[in-house]
Amino acid sequence: MVLFLAGLGCCVLGLVAAMVLSIERRVVVASLSGSLGCLLTFVAASHVLISGRAASFHSSLLLPLNGVSLTLDPLGALFVAMTSFVGIATLVYYVGYAKSELRSRTALSLLLLFLMSLLSVPAASSVVTLMFSWEFMALSSMLLIMVEQRRHVEARSAAQWYGAMTQLGAASILLGLLLLSLKSGQTFGDIRAHASAMSPTLRSFAFVLTLIGFASKAGAVPFHVWLPKAHPEAPSHVSALMSSAMVAMGVYGIVRVGDDLLAGGTLWWWVVVVALGVVSALFGALHAVTSVDLKRLLAYSTIDILGLVLIGVGCSGALAATGHPGDAHLALIGALLLVVSHASFKGCLFLGAGAVERATGSRSLDQLGGLIRRIPITTALFGVGALSIVAVPAFSGFTSEWLLLQGLLHGFVDKSSPTLIVLLVGVVALALTGGLTAVTFVKAIGIGFLGQARSTGAASAHEVPRAMQFGMGILCIPCVALGVAPGLVIPLVSRAADVGSASVVSRSVENGIGLTLDHVRGAIEPMLLLAGFLMIVALISGVKSLLRRPARKVEAWRGGGDRPTARMQYTATSYAEPLQRVFADVLRPEIDVEVTHAVESHYYEQSLSYESRVDDAVERLAYQPVIRTFTRVGLAARRLQNGSVHRYLAFGFVALLIVLVVLA
Amino acid sequence: MTPDGPPLGYAIIASILQVALIVLGGPLLMGLMAKVRARAEGRVGAPIHQPLRDLRKLMGKEGLRAHHSSAVLAVAPLVVLGSTTLAVAISPLVTTHPLLSASSDLFVIVYLLLTGSIAMALAGLDTGTAFGGMGSSRAITIGALAEPALLVAVIALSIQARTSNLPAIVAATITHPVWTSTPTRLLALVAIVIVVIAETGRLPVDNPNTHLELTMIHEAMTLEYAGSDLGLVTLGAAMRLGLLFALLMNLFVPWGVATGSSILGLLAAVVFLALKTSLLAVAVSLIEVHSAKLRLFRVPELLAGGFVLAVLAVITQLATR
Repeated sequence: MVLFLAGLGCCVLGLVAAMVLSIERRVVVASLSGSLGCLLTFVAASHVLISGRAASFHSSLLLPLNGVSLTLDPLGALFVAMTSFVGIATLVYYVGYAKSELRSRTALSLLLLFLMSLLSVPAASSVVTLMFSWEFMALSSMLLIMVEQRRHVEARSAAQWYGAMTQLGAASILLGLLLLSLKSGQTFGDIRAHASAMSPTLRSFAFVLTLIGFASKAGAVPFHVWLPKAHPEAPSHVSALMSSAMVAMGVYGIVRVGDDLLAGGTLWWWVVVVALGVVSALFGALHAVTSVDLKRLLAYSTIDILGLVLIGVGCSGALAATGHPGDAHLALIGALLLVVSHASFKGCLFLGAGAVERATGSRSLDQLGGLIRRIPITTALFGVGALSIVAVPAFSGFTSEWLLLQGLLHGFVDKSSPTLIVLLVGVVALALTGGLTAVTFVKAIGIGFLGQARSTGAASAHEVPRAMQFGMGILCIPCVALGVAPGLVIPLVSRAADVGSASVVSRSVENGIGLTLDHVRGAIEPMLLLAGFLMIVALISGVKSLLRRPARKVEAWRGGGDRPTARMQYTATSYAEPLQRVFADVLRPEIDVEVTHAVESHYYEQSLSYESRVDDAVERLAYQPVIRTFTRVGLAARRLQNGSVHRYLAFGFVALLIVLVVLA
Repeated sequence: MTPDGPPLGYAIIASILQVALIVLGGPLLMGLMAKVRARAEGRVGAPIHQPLRDLRKLMGKEGLRAHHSSAVLAVAPLVVLGSTTLAVAISPLVTTHPLLSASSDLFVIVYLLLTGSIAMALAGLDTGTAFGGMGSSRAITIGALAEPALLVAVIALSIQARTSNLPAIVAATITHPVWTSTPTRLLALVAIVIVVIAETGRLPVDNPNTHLELTMIHEAMTLEYAGSDLGLVTLGAAMRLGLLFALLMNLFVPWGVATGSSILGLLAAVVFLALKTSLLAVAVSLIEVHSAKLRLFRVPELLAGGFVLAVLAVITQLATR
């Protein structure tokens, strides 16, 4: 715990440095001390995970009323460790990335504040501490989105959406937690002790309220609308932190409240969670496939993966509620491992998208192309993240999805009929999104990095500074390590998943380098698979190089026409067009085709413009009407105020009369 | 799946045998299908070993690469061939005790095949020509829609056998012959057949003989390959076909697969497998003769049908317990 506090202290030192030092030194010193802080919290959290002993700290001086209570238990420690790791990578990246506004005192101190609040949310062990850190997290990230608002006008509206959604969510969480702490004290220990004595209705009410808030943070449809706006508009190091660490806090909240504080609860809670997860996974995956903006694509893919995590968390809860603690544990391990690996690969991908934007000046896939020859290192690092997310064996995405699938499969084998439907729907969603994710990232790499440059920016791209590459590289390590040797991390994640009623079973996953499950037989040894694959490839290329001379470079086949130009390539839009057409009923794309005919004959067209746009249907159908209503009410209310003092006096007089009449 | 089966040497021999069998057998199956088709249409057709001859010819030629291409174009054939070979080596084709049989998980095989598809799709985009992009887009779309059907069908089988380990499923099916005629198996069988037809690019999803821009899928993706690279890609596609056919037969008609540790059993299993896959190849090509290629946008309906059947397979399995 001392280490954890020392880590936060280092972040505070960084904050001071950011305020005091000159612009040349500020970035490096503050980032260094921030990374050191993250390193310390990482060590502290790892220690808790390895030893399995929770550590706590209480101070009544730091906050008025009830003071600050921090506890690092294995569940919180997993999220702290993950956040610190991403934090280090992000700060290293930031040193190379920071330019103009990003180097300002505000931007730098907000970044450190954001990081500190991210670290303290999973460590908070009282309602006040949690809400305090939560609000700090929300506010600092909202301001961070606005840092570049002078150049990115869209950032303003994105921050507005984000601010509104996150405050509504926080209010909901606060209400839920207050309900829980009504009878007991406000520390988590008190709530835990009194939870079983609460009336079931109250418990359910509190769970649903917190679920709304946490699910909104986790980007669950229909509370996701802020996410595809805020993530793309934020500076890339902030997007990486938001997408990999902040969004995970939503999952943390659901597990903490549902599994830990309320000790499992009833089946229907978790059915709701699975339903949220299924809708989010499918919705996110479909929108990610059709997105053209690289960061928007990544944002929707975050919704997709977090949906899968919610499916895992929900199925785990449902299994625990129907008396299958072992399977519940396994599913929760799968879900938590997916959170961790999502943090690494999505962090890497967002940092990569930032590097691409820095190198080319654009993040629209239709403006990119050919980057593999211009910026090979960034391409390779982005590629590792992409391979991980599409679940190629021996990368972290595969291991975590495999474990999640096994968890659900275990649930099928044990006869627990009420949960079967839940599990079935979860598996179907998992299967459907798998293929769509593959298309999404083949598109991102194939259109963005391969082929020929589609704009001058892409044609003249230059490799980004070393610090940025290091930042991405740091996040690539867990992508590969978790994939190749998952057995080294599983015991730790398994300890973190020992919460609430899922903690009955000691171990359903055996250690070692690979993974072996007992009771349903299943195992993978990714390292051996990788070794086998590399051996085979080496053999083939060895034989091939014996057989012949190196390949000759020639002109690409032009089909008898002119030299192929960059404009003839498939674009991101056309690449996903078949899928967009297949899923047109869900996506409801808007397609405008405009044909201008030649004057001489109607059969010849002079020009043709095609525009296809996929809007967020949830936003259009559910949010816009509400906003329109509010705007209308606001405009109507404005008519009352015309600046005339007489009228205001009349209002006051009428109000006074009404009050007197009512009282009389 | 536990190592107390036959010795390691046996597993190595069996895996090498499997790879050799599929490397030769995949192209031969393609030749056989072309031959059956030709005969059914009243032509003599090329000899069955024609694909092997083509491969030998291609391997001897110099490779050509487009100016704009990157390392992806060169590496993709290796990845396709490597991932397919690995899948062949660890799958229960002639024995239920191949190398790494503990890791021979259904999901591993499905995702190894997906890895190959991803490599090919990226290679299609690498040269930045319209054809490559078109083929890549179409192939990955069909792959993305076929994968869920395959995964769910496979889950139905795993629930029945209480394991997702492929050799264990095959072994369990041999000891429980009744399983082969349960509704679950039959529904899953149809779903997997649809997926296999889509994944191997046969009619009515893709026409392997066409080179017409409007219709081709796999051929468009590999248009920029020449010489020995093309040879590797073609061999990869043929091996994929061989692997999927063999897995299909072994999952639903598992008899003949060696479960013991005798070399003789292995040899018998090779003969059985050759017979089973040849039968399947003849049946598929006879269906091909009588079917026309579907319009590209009708293919998703076919695959959605497969997906629904797979979900039904899971449901019937859950309901029959």
